[in-house]
Amino acid sequence: MATLFHGVGAALTPFSASNKLLLPSPKSESRGAIFLHRSDARVNHAFNLKPATPNQDLFIPNAVATKRETSTKSGHELLLFEALREGLEEEMERDPRVCVMGEDVGHYGGSYKVTKGLAEKYGDLRVLDTPIAENSFTGMGIGAAMTGLRPIVEGMNMGFLLLAFNQISNNCGMLHYTSGGQFTIPIVIRGPGGVGRQLGAEHSQRLESYFQSIPGIQMVACSTPYNAKGLMKAAIRSENPVILFEHVLLYNLKERIPDEEYVLSLEEAEMVRPGEHVTILTYSRMRYHVMQAAKTLVNKGYDPEVIDIRSLKPFDLYTIGCSVKKTHRVLIVEECMRTGGIGASLTAAITENFHDYLDAPIVCLSSQDVPTPYAGTLEEWTVVQPAQIVTAVEQLCQ
Amino acid sequence: MWKSNTIFNHFKSTLNFSLLSSRRFASTIAQNPSTFNSIPHANQVIDFPGGTVKFIPEMRFISESSQERIPCYRVLDDDGQPLANNFVQVSEDVAVRMYNNMVTLQIMDTIFYEVQRQGRISFYATTIGEEAINIASAAALTMDDVIFPQYREPGPLLWRGFTLQEIANQCFSNKYDNGKGRQMPIHYGSNKHNYFTVASTVATQIPHAVGAAYSIKMDKKDACSITYFGDGGSSEGDFHAALNFAAVMEAPVIFLCRNNGWAISTPTSDQFRSDGVVVKGQAYGVCSIRVDGNDALAIYSAVQAAREMAINEERPVLIEALTYRVGHHSTSDDSTKYRPTNEIEWWRLARDPVARFRKWIERNGWWNDMAESELRNSLRQELLHSIQVAENLEKPPIADIFNDVYDVPPSSLREQEQWVKDTVKNHPLDYPENISA
Repeated sequence: MATLFHGVGAALTPFSASNKLLLPSPKSESRGAIFLHRSDARVNHAFNLKPATPNQDLFIPNAVATKRETSTKSGHELLLFEALREGLEEEMERDPRVCVMGEDVGHYGGSYKVTKGLAEKYGDLRVLDTPIAENSFTGMGIGAAMTGLRPIVEGMNMGFLLLAFNQISNNCGMLHYTSGGQFTIPIVIRGPGGVGRQLGAEHSQRLESYFQSIPGIQMVACSTPYNAKGLMKAAIRSENPVILFEHVLLYNLKERIPDEEYVLSLEEAEMVRPGEHVTILTYSRMRYHVMQAAKTLVNKGYDPEVIDIRSLKPFDLYTIGCSVKKTHRVLIVEECMRTGGIGASLTAAITENFHDYLDAPIVCLSSQDVPTPYAGTLEEWTVVQPAQIVTAVEQLCQ
Repeated sequence: MWKSNTIFNHFKSTLNFSLLSSRRFASTIAQNPSTFNSIPHANQVIDFPGGTVKFIPEMRFISESSQERIPCYRVLDDDGQPLANNFVQVSEDVAVRMYNNMVTLQIMDTIFYEVQRQGRISFYATTIGEEAINIASAAALTMDDVIFPQYREPGPLLWRGFTLQEIANQCFSNKYDNGKGRQMPIHYGSNKHNYFTVASTVATQIPHAVGAAYSIKMDKKDACSITYFGDGGSSEGDFHAALNFAAVMEAPVIFLCRNNGWAISTPTSDQFRSDGVVVKGQAYGVCSIRVDGNDALAIYSAVQAAREMAINEERPVLIEALTYRVGHHSTSDDSTKYRPTNEIEWWRLARDPVARFRKWIERNGWWNDMAESELRNSLRQELLHSIQVAENLEKPPIADIFNDVYDVPPSSLREQEQWVKDTVKNHPLDYPENISA
């Protein structure tokens, strides 16, 4: 996938200004040569792209999402679930084909308040409350997407989407391919997952490990209000089916985000903290455990480079590769289980591609292969803790 | 002793007990005729979610089936004679066109089945016995109505102008296939004809149709969506949830069930114990009708009426078309193993929908034997020619393995593609030659 948008703090005024002038028309295609700055620093000239709606795809000069200079306006503070809602609302405003469906998303406002206020504003057809049948309302979303809408399907908890696996893998992922490219499925499937606070095994699932093999879908995981809003908007604008993984415990994170409109790239990783000694790859909630460990590590004299991979499928091997070439040591910290998780695939991908640059075997810290227990202390021990991350880095850097 | 007293007292003060006592009171009252009228228990109602519900003192179980089966609507009898004059009239043009398409479907199926048996294509599934459902339902719709098929409905595609050459291209998976060689034979799809690509998964298309109806409703288009599935497909969870959704959302969708008696080797008696599929509509708040699936005019009338209801009244409609799967489930099946040959032959000959419709159009003076033989001969020629052309065309290029997985292939897929191309280049003798560049 070509990366169309790159997250930037300041240089967005031309984007937002022109976007306000023109109304999106559903089926127009503006094919134009666009200069495309890719994150691997190549510039593709005359790359013909077919945007979903006209003229919003102005290219942004800066590639990397991390350094967001706060603009002259100071931005506004909000919580992560509000950032998701803001992104969703902006996209619904901009494109009348965007609609939301899920359980209790309408007047109730969503179980995590991500869709609060949207039903009152856009009506209960565009923000649709569905009966409890995940496979079927995901199927409905796929049918609606194939006929021209841009639905966002909310799973009340990612674990419930296991019921939708048939539709997601057999239809969502495949129909664009098996129809010979005739039908696109620009659907976004999102919901909270991960280990929460004593939610029990069935509500503490990490679906990214089950979905990662499905060809045809993209997976991204948000971790901050800034990237939550940006990724939500990018996912809605993407022509591919995108699964956006949120985390139950991150919904109340507060951050100041820019007032200007911005969209992030779906395929890029985020450099959280540049460093020299070791590359720590992580995503979602584990990013915070890693940063906590990083504080300890810095005090002990280490200089870890922390990357939030964000894009779970496909991996941003360019950013990761640059980092590995610099530090020669990799630690992966994830919440997935040891067997078959994102960390396992990432380990394989890095070993295959960057084997020569590694001074030590890749270390992957993951949860154990057990259902998440309910008891608070037991639950805590199934998730990777900062102390374990510190120990792992110390061992890796010997 | 003390404990049980407290419990008894506690119980006495709860609502349960007071309800119990009032019922007892009511039944004692009933025995006393003079006080009978002062407690009108016959009129007690309560407002439960969904509306008022009347209370009755009798314990009544609803039977699992009604005394009589739901009757089946038909226009023509087995001999092609109209039973009454109240059916939707069909013009000569439309009728002859319908007949032509039914014959095309029949011949196409016969020849392609043979082609598979000759080993020239890997797989095929016929629609023999269900030509009326296929063609008549398509004739009652417009081009704007979107179709979500299962896999035994190539008829609507033929009706809408999909050519025999395109059919052959798909079955031979050559480079001119719409689907770029990615799906099995008979898994047609064409966005130009508003016919969504067939997926092998059973009943997954039913919620898709509801989603499409939702999209149509939002756009306020003068169109509906229609989805086809079999008796077996109605057992899948997706069927039930989709009907439920469509009713709740008031979506303009037609659910057309081809109850052909068999799901591979499973007869309907092992599939469900309800009176077919038509009674399930009411359970979800969807109006429904049972139609003779081998009667082209009945299907035409019913689908046309359903379409009007769906669009004008914004509601879903369920049509159960009773028919018989004359052919095997597919070329991987031999149905004589699980059903008697004379049953199959009886439906093939005595109840052939094509022959029945032919009798009606011949009686109207719109068709004759000469036209019949001309049609069949020319179709046969055309088909054999299309097959020959399709068979000799090149297969799709290697790049088509990797395109359309995403809108633009990521670098990982490009790498994998290069690897395959290199392998084919270095070992040309191990790979077929008829791959286009």
